Amino acid sequence: MKIRSFLIKYGEIGIKGSNRHVFEEALVRQIRNALAPLEGGYKVLRRNGRIYAESTDPCGEEEAVDALKHVFGITRICPVVRVPDRGFEALEEDICAYLADTFESMDFTFKVESRRARKDFPVDSQTMNREIGAYVLSRFPGLSVDVHKPDVLLRVEVREDGINLYSREIEGPGGMPLGTAGKAMLLLSGGIDSPVAGYMVSKRGVFIDAVYFHAPPYTSDRAKEKVVKLARIISRYTGPVRLHVVRFTDIQLAIYEKCPHDELTVIMRRYMMRIAEAIALKEECLCLVTGESIGQVASQTMHAMVCTNEVCTLPVYRPLIAFDKQEIVNLSEKIGAYETSIEPYEDCCTIFVARHPVTKPKAEQIRRSEQCLEDVIGPLYEAALASDEVILCRAE
Amino acid sequence: MEIYLDNSATTRVHPEVVALMVKIMEEDYGNAASLHRKGAEAERYVTRAREQVAKTLKTEPGRIYFTSGGTESNNWALIGAAEANRRAGTHIITTSVEHPSVKKTLAHLEELGYSVTYLPTDRDGLVSVKDVEDALRPDTILVSCMYVNNEIGAVEPVEEIGRMLYKKRPDVLLHADAVQAYGKFVIRPERDHIDLLSCSGHKLRGPKGVGFLYISGRTKIRPILYGGGQQKGMRSGTENVPGAAGLGLAAELAYRDLARDTEVLRQRKEELIGRLSALPGVRFNGRTDGTSAPHILSVSFEGVRSEVMLHALEDRGIYVSAGSACASRHPSEISTLSGIGLSKEAQEGTIRFSLNSQNTEEEIRRTADAVEELLPVLRRFKRR
Repeated sequence: MKIRSFLIKYGEIGIKGSNRHVFEEALVRQIRNALAPLEGGYKVLRRNGRIYAESTDPCGEEEAVDALKHVFGITRICPVVRVPDRGFEALEEDICAYLADTFESMDFTFKVESRRARKDFPVDSQTMNREIGAYVLSRFPGLSVDVHKPDVLLRVEVREDGINLYSREIEGPGGMPLGTAGKAMLLLSGGIDSPVAGYMVSKRGVFIDAVYFHAPPYTSDRAKEKVVKLARIISRYTGPVRLHVVRFTDIQLAIYEKCPHDELTVIMRRYMMRIAEAIALKEECLCLVTGESIGQVASQTMHAMVCTNEVCTLPVYRPLIAFDKQEIVNLSEKIGAYETSIEPYEDCCTIFVARHPVTKPKAEQIRRSEQCLEDVIGPLYEAALASDEVILCRAE
Repeated sequence: MEIYLDNSATTRVHPEVVALMVKIMEEDYGNAASLHRKGAEAERYVTRAREQVAKTLKTEPGRIYFTSGGTESNNWALIGAAEANRRAGTHIITTSVEHPSVKKTLAHLEELGYSVTYLPTDRDGLVSVKDVEDALRPDTILVSCMYVNNEIGAVEPVEEIGRMLYKKRPDVLLHADAVQAYGKFVIRPERDHIDLLSCSGHKLRGPKGVGFLYISGRTKIRPILYGGGQQKGMRSGTENVPGAAGLGLAAELAYRDLARDTEVLRQRKEELIGRLSALPGVRFNGRTDGTSAPHILSVSFEGVRSEVMLHALEDRGIYVSAGSACASRHPSEISTLSGIGLSKEAQEGTIRFSLNSQNTEEEIRRTADAVEELLPVLRRFKRR
């Protein structure tokens, strides 16, 4: 019987020393999670230092590939057909059937690369390459051999449990398997940047929780739903995201009323960082993540980030810090968040954005301005923390 | 508690209508075109609905065609009549305050070679009959004018336009978009020489996804949907039996109680006007007297963004619209409000309250209380 399976290749994990098995086990776990919702009853196994996902159901390859493309740690996905060892001549027939099955038109250049993991197979690999190549040529006159730059590299691997045939390699997302690094708290807005930032940090094996600052009636429920939707989109990569929704209106209004107008955004960002850190510590996160990029807006100048950075002690990771907008947009499209990010639920928070904000705030000055809030901020800060509503966002 | 003041967006379906539709969907689910008993039964519902609607307009059932709603009715009336009368001329007259389903359809016809005159309105959003008359050209084939404006509730002089055309240019067809008027006004298309009348079910406590187009006996019109030949081949597509039946019943109920409901609506609207006019920086758009629609009140609040007011009211369980619901997603297309000369700032601060006859005095009082309380708070915070 023919078995549909995927040979899953991983890059970086391979070089980890004695920790290697930790990474491999994490990867296997994540692959199982990704394939579990699919039909086909995939079995994920480690065999001879490789990871395979196998199914007896020959359908649903596209779906499975798509799922695997969301698993960090995978560098290449190879759809494999395994045939039983019934001797060399039968193998040649199987290979021709495989080629006819896999490729629509038979007019490409190819090269055979055989390997024998089992040396008792009667034909050695050099001979196999030659013989198989010749046989395939005789069966498909449209094909030709190119040993330097073939269109198709046909691999034949003789193993203990059968013979693997594969010729396609699909790029995986790379990175490290989830669960090998710890957890981060992402400041998630409805924009383009923050979901991408979450994706990028998660790619290094990091689980993601998120916090969203909601300011009704200046932001609508639809704006909040959009953030939930974005959290769901990145959760295909990052695993389930616990989204903390914090009601921020009263702090915003207090800042508006008491602080210098051109410093509103910087001071607001400082309070967001403080609240995010408080929740992060409670949730045992090891860092904050933001979508900031140098100079993108007034609150993302280097000067402004000095001011927002100083209020927390956890490291703040900004994976997009040196990215141009277009590069961020490209990534956003790649992870499938862009269409949602640009949905036009315009919030009225622009009321709280000065027409001419400071672009080079000084930390000392900002600290002085914040003192204007002294009388009121304590209870407002506590109330904001207490308003924390957790929404578990997972891919559907 | 929930106070729903967005009835020009849509209404809550009448419980009797729900019951009837559920019965049809569960039991009498046949296709009205089927030859067997189940089909005949379904057809009877559609026939009855057509009769119910016809009765409210004092016309023949044969002039009523069910559609998927106001948008389709407007598209059909304009495209269908324009195409069928192309040899007679290619000029169409309309107002600058029409609903997008009229405006964009006419823009489409302009691309096909028709020419369209858009008449301005006065500061109350009203078009003048004289302007319509002056705009008439030998090649004019159609005048399209809404009955009640959806954004500010202005009642356009459709009846006078009908009489004027009948006297001066009986060959010109008159289309009225009556989506906001049907169920609120006595409409007599035959008496008033209206040839095409668009209506929608969900504005009068009927279901969404169903409406109708009235077509007068003399109107030359082509279908815009082709297929199985239902509704005399004029509007193909399996009849929406529960929808049509629901619309028919909703129409009957609305017109049965019309006088009483109109009285209630006027009273509620006056209560709201009375309370809001006592507040500073409040401006009513369009007329507020008995010549305006009884159920729509458009108010601009100085120094307040309408979305913020909307969500703040929502927080208190009060549901309203910002400007016009259909236009609010695309600020650039808010039409009537700019048409009547409102500044950009005033447009951005406009709330539409639209009532139904179930709204109580208590609800109006609470709404006015909420606005009164919110205004000073919201006005403290604006972009500087």
